[in-house]
Amino acid sequence: MSKIHVNTTVNGDEVEYLCDPRETLLDCLRDRVGLTGAKEGCGTGDCGACSVTLDGRLVCSCLVLGAEAEGKEITTIEGMATGDELHPLQRKFIEHAALQCGVCTPGILVAAKALLEKNPDPTETEMRYWLAGNLCRCTGYDKIIRAVMDAAQEMREAS
Amino acid sequence: MALDSDTQKFKYIGTRPDRPDGLDKVTGRARFGADFSMPGMLHGAILRSPHAHAKIVKIDTTRALALKGVKSVVTRADFPTGLTGEDWNIQENVMAGEKALYDGHAVAAVAATSALIARDALKLIDVTYEVLPHVTDVDKAMAEGAPVIREGAADYSVPEGLHPNIVRYMDSGRGDLEAGFAAADLVLEESYKTEAAHQGYIEPHACVGQLGADGKGELWCCTQGHWFVRQMCTAVLGLEATQLRVTPSEIGGGFGGKTTVFIDPVALALSRKANRPVKIVMSRSEVLRATGPTSSASMDIKMGMTKEGKITAASGTFRMQGGAFPGAPVDVTTMLAFANYDIEHVHHIGYDVMTNRPKQAAYRAPGAPMGAFAVESMLDELCRQLGLDPIDTRLKNAVKEGTRATFGPKFPPVGLIETLEAAKAHPHYATPLGPNQGRGVASGYWMNWGGETSASVAVGEDGTVQVSIGTPDIGGSRASMALMAAEAFGVPYENVRVNIADTGTLGINEPTHGSRATFASGLATVEAAKEAIGKLCKRAADKWGIDADAVTWEDGFAKPSGPNAGEYPPLSIAEIAAEMGSTGGPISGHFESSPDGFGGSFGTHIVDLEVDPETGRSTILRYLVVQDAGKAIHPAYVEGQFQGGAVQGIGWALNEEYIYGEDGCLQNPIFLDYRVPVASDLPMIDTVIVEVANPGHPYGVRGVGETGITPPLPAVANAVRDAIGVRMTQLPLTPPRVLTAIKGRG
Amino acid sequence: MVAVNLWSGLRALADGQEVVEVEGETVGQILDALVAAYPGLAPAIARGVSVSVDGQIIANNRHVKVAPDAEVFLLQRLYAG
Repeated sequence: MSKIHVNTTVNGDEVEYLCDPRETLLDCLRDRVGLTGAKEGCGTGDCGACSVTLDGRLVCSCLVLGAEAEGKEITTIEGMATGDELHPLQRKFIEHAALQCGVCTPGILVAAKALLEKNPDPTETEMRYWLAGNLCRCTGYDKIIRAVMDAAQEMREAS
Repeated sequence: MALDSDTQKFKYIGTRPDRPDGLDKVTGRARFGADFSMPGMLHGAILRSPHAHAKIVKIDTTRALALKGVKSVVTRADFPTGLTGEDWNIQENVMAGEKALYDGHAVAAVAATSALIARDALKLIDVTYEVLPHVTDVDKAMAEGAPVIREGAADYSVPEGLHPNIVRYMDSGRGDLEAGFAAADLVLEESYKTEAAHQGYIEPHACVGQLGADGKGELWCCTQGHWFVRQMCTAVLGLEATQLRVTPSEIGGGFGGKTTVFIDPVALALSRKANRPVKIVMSRSEVLRATGPTSSASMDIKMGMTKEGKITAASGTFRMQGGAFPGAPVDVTTMLAFANYDIEHVHHIGYDVMTNRPKQAAYRAPGAPMGAFAVESMLDELCRQLGLDPIDTRLKNAVKEGTRATFGPKFPPVGLIETLEAAKAHPHYATPLGPNQGRGVASGYWMNWGGETSASVAVGEDGTVQVSIGTPDIGGSRASMALMAAEAFGVPYENVRVNIADTGTLGINEPTHGSRATFASGLATVEAAKEAIGKLCKRAADKWGIDADAVTWEDGFAKPSGPNAGEYPPLSIAEIAAEMGSTGGPISGHFESSPDGFGGSFGTHIVDLEVDPETGRSTILRYLVVQDAGKAIHPAYVEGQFQGGAVQGIGWALNEEYIYGEDGCLQNPIFLDYRVPVASDLPMIDTVIVEVANPGHPYGVRGVGETGITPPLPAVANAVRDAIGVRMTQLPLTPPRVLTAIKGRG
Repeated sequence: MVAVNLWSGLRALADGQEVVEVEGETVGQILDALVAAYPGLAPAIARGVSVSVDGQIIANNRHVKVAPDAEVFLLQRLYAG
C-alpha cells in the first residue's frame, strides 16, 4: 500500500510527512514529526494522554488518522511554552506538585488550556467534567485541579 | 544509620521546592519508555493465545518469515532450557512452552521494519492449539475435578491430598482461639471476596533492546527496577549479568506492575536473531490481558469482641489466586490482616492457588488491601452491632511500641494511635450527613522495605553536587533525594543534581518498590555524602596543616572544630572543589547496603459518600487520609502518595474488576470497560501528615507510598453499609450490585 | 542459646514445638542450626525466610549479629511491591 503525502501545520510550523493510511495522527506526530510529547496510553480514546488540538478543537490524536491532518492546524504540548517562557498552566503544575510520573501531564495541560480558552472561569465541577477524559493514575486529580484553578485565576487577572 | 538526633532542625528537608524534572515533564520533553529510538531499529510484535488454556501442538512461522520487511521470528525454542524456580516461571510467562496458560499468553513474536508490518506478520503465524478446560475462579480452582494448571508446582508447605493447583499453604498464629471466642460478648463470621485489579499505569510497557551474538546487550525500558530487569533478562536468555546494560527511561507509573519483565527478553531475543535493535510497545489491551494484575481473594473471617470493644480473638482463612504461577501474596495477607490490633488469640490460614489467568505482579501493598477489606469490614460490623464508635474501638485495640504483633515480634515505635486521634479530631468526622449518605472509617498498614541499595555522590568542579542513585523516580523522589543531599552537604537544593544511573554505573539496586526509595536511597545518599564530607574536611585540614579530626563541616563549609584547632577562615565547598585537581584529585563518596530499620506506616481514612437509590451509584463526597510519614522530606509528594493511593483504592472498591467470560477470556481489556476513577468522580482528597519518627533512618523517614491503598477498600464498603443499611461483602461495589442490595433489603 | 519462635505451620516439622533453642551468634548460624536440629525445616529455610530480632525485621542478611538473649521470630520471606 503506498503512503499518503500529508502537508499540515504543527505548532505554527509547516510540516510534511508520508504516512500509511492506517497510521493515526498520534503515530505520525511521534514517529514522523519527532514530537513525542503526546503519549499513547490506550489507543481507544479513553485516556486522553494523546490530546492535541485540531483546528482549535480538543481531540484524541489516537482517534484521528494521520491523513486527516492534511491542511489542518495542530497544536501539541510542545507548542505550549513560548521559547523559554512557560504557560501559566505549566508553571502552576510544577508549583502545585500536580504531577507524579508525568505521563498524563502533556494531555492534561493541552486539555486544560483548551478549557480555559473556552471558559476562563470554570467552576471546580466544570473543570472536573472537562478533564474527565484525561486519566491520571498517580495523583487522584486533587493537585491537578488546584493547579488549573490557580492558573485560571492568574490568567484572568492578567487579561 | 539510626536517627541522627531526637529533635532535628532542618534547613531544606520539609520544604516544597520545584522538582528537578518538572520542566521536562510539563513541556513533553521527558523521555518515557516509548519515546526512545535507535538507528536501524525494528519494531516487534507479540502473538498471544486467544485461549484461556490450550496445548500448543505446533507453531509454523514460515509464512510470517516470508513477509517482506520481517527480519526475525522467535518462539520458546529460541530460549535456553534448564531454568528452575522463579527464573523458570518468568521464562514460561514471557514465552509459552507446552501450553498457553491464559488468554493473552505470549506464544511467538516477530520483528519487522515497521510496526504495521510486524502486526500483519502475526496473522501469518500458524499455531495449532488443542483447547483444554479452564478455570479462573480461586475457589473453583481448588475444588476436586478442577482443570490442572501444572502438576508438581506445590512446595513443601502444602498438605497431602490437596488439588495440584494449590501451590503454597501457610498457617500462623498464637494463643487459644476457643478461649478467646468464649470470652467475647459478640462473635461474627463472614466471607468476603475481592476481584483482581490492575495497577492501571497510564504508560504501557515499552522497551528497545539490542543484543549481539557475542552476548553483549543494551536495553532501554520503562521500569521500576533496572537491576531486576537485568537479572531476569539474563536468566531467561542465558546471558552473563554484567554484559547487559539496562537504562531506565522516565516511567509513566508502575505501582509494582513494572518490577518484573514481560516484553524485554522478547525484544532482546528478536534483536539477537535479526542483529538489529528491536522496539516493542504494548497496547492497552495487551497490558490488561498479559501483564501482572493483582490476585483475587476469597476470605473467611471470624472475630470476637467484648461489649466494651476489646477484640478477644480473630481468625481468618485467605484463598488467593495469582494466575498460572505460584506467587499470590497470601503470605503477606495473612501476616498483615489483623496487624493493626493487639489480639492475644489469633490464627491465619492461607492458600496460594493457580488459575488460567496472567501471572500476578505486585500492586501497591501487595496482599494487604484484600485482608484489610475483610477485617476492617468485620470490625465495622462488630462496632455497629455493639453500638460502638469505630475510631474509639480502634483506639482501644490499636498497636503501639512494644505491642506484640499478630505476626509475632514486638512493634518498634509506630503511629497508628496518632493517625486515629488526628482522624477523630478532624472536622470531617463531625460533618453532618444527609439522606442516602454514609460514612466509613478504616485503618491500614504496610511494613515497607529496605532492600539492596548502592548510591554515590561526587563534588563538581564548581562546588555543586551530583548524586547517582539506582531507584527510578516514579513520584518525585529525585526532589527528596536532592533535599537530603542538600541537607547533608549544607548546600542549596538548586546546587544538587540527581541522576538515575544505569546498571553499568552502580552496584545493585532493588527497584523503586516497597515504599523504599526515599528511605533506602535517601539513607545511602546521606551516608555517601558523609563519606565525601570526610574527604572535603581532609582537604581543608591538609591546607591548614592540622589533623583531619580537628575539622568539622557546617552549612557547606569546612571549619576548625574548636578554638584549639586554630584560627582559619571557613573554606566553602566551592573553594575546596576549585582546587581538587591539585590537592589530591576528585572527591566523591559511595555507600552500599541492604538496610534494615525501615519503619512501617499506619494510616486511617474517613470517607463520606452518597448512594443514588435509583441507580446504585456511589458518589464520594468527602475523603480524608491521615498517615504516618515518619518525617516528610517533601510534604507535597507525601500528600501526593496519600491521595494517589486513596483514589486507586476507591477505584478498586467501586468499579475496577477483571471480568472473565465463560470462555475464560478477559471481557474488559480496555479503559472504557476497566473503569478507573476519573476527575469527575472525586472531590478534593484531604490529607494530614502525622510524623512519628522512624528510629532506623537518619532523618526519621518512613516509606509512605503503599499504605494509602489499604484503608479505602473497607472504608468505602463501610460507608456504603452506613448509607444503605446492607453489608456488602464482595468488591467492587458496582452500581448494579448496590442496586440489587438496596432492592433486597425489603 | 537463642530462642527462635516458629510460625504455627512449621511446628509440625519441629516436633510440635513453638519455640526452639539453638546455638548461633548470627542470623545465618541460627538458621543453619535450626536445619541441623530439625532437617524437616530445611525446605522452608531454603525457600527463604525473614527474621525478626528484638522487633527489628531483618529481611535477608545472614551476617547480622544476634545477642544470646534476643527474641527471634521466623517470618515468611518478605518482599516488596
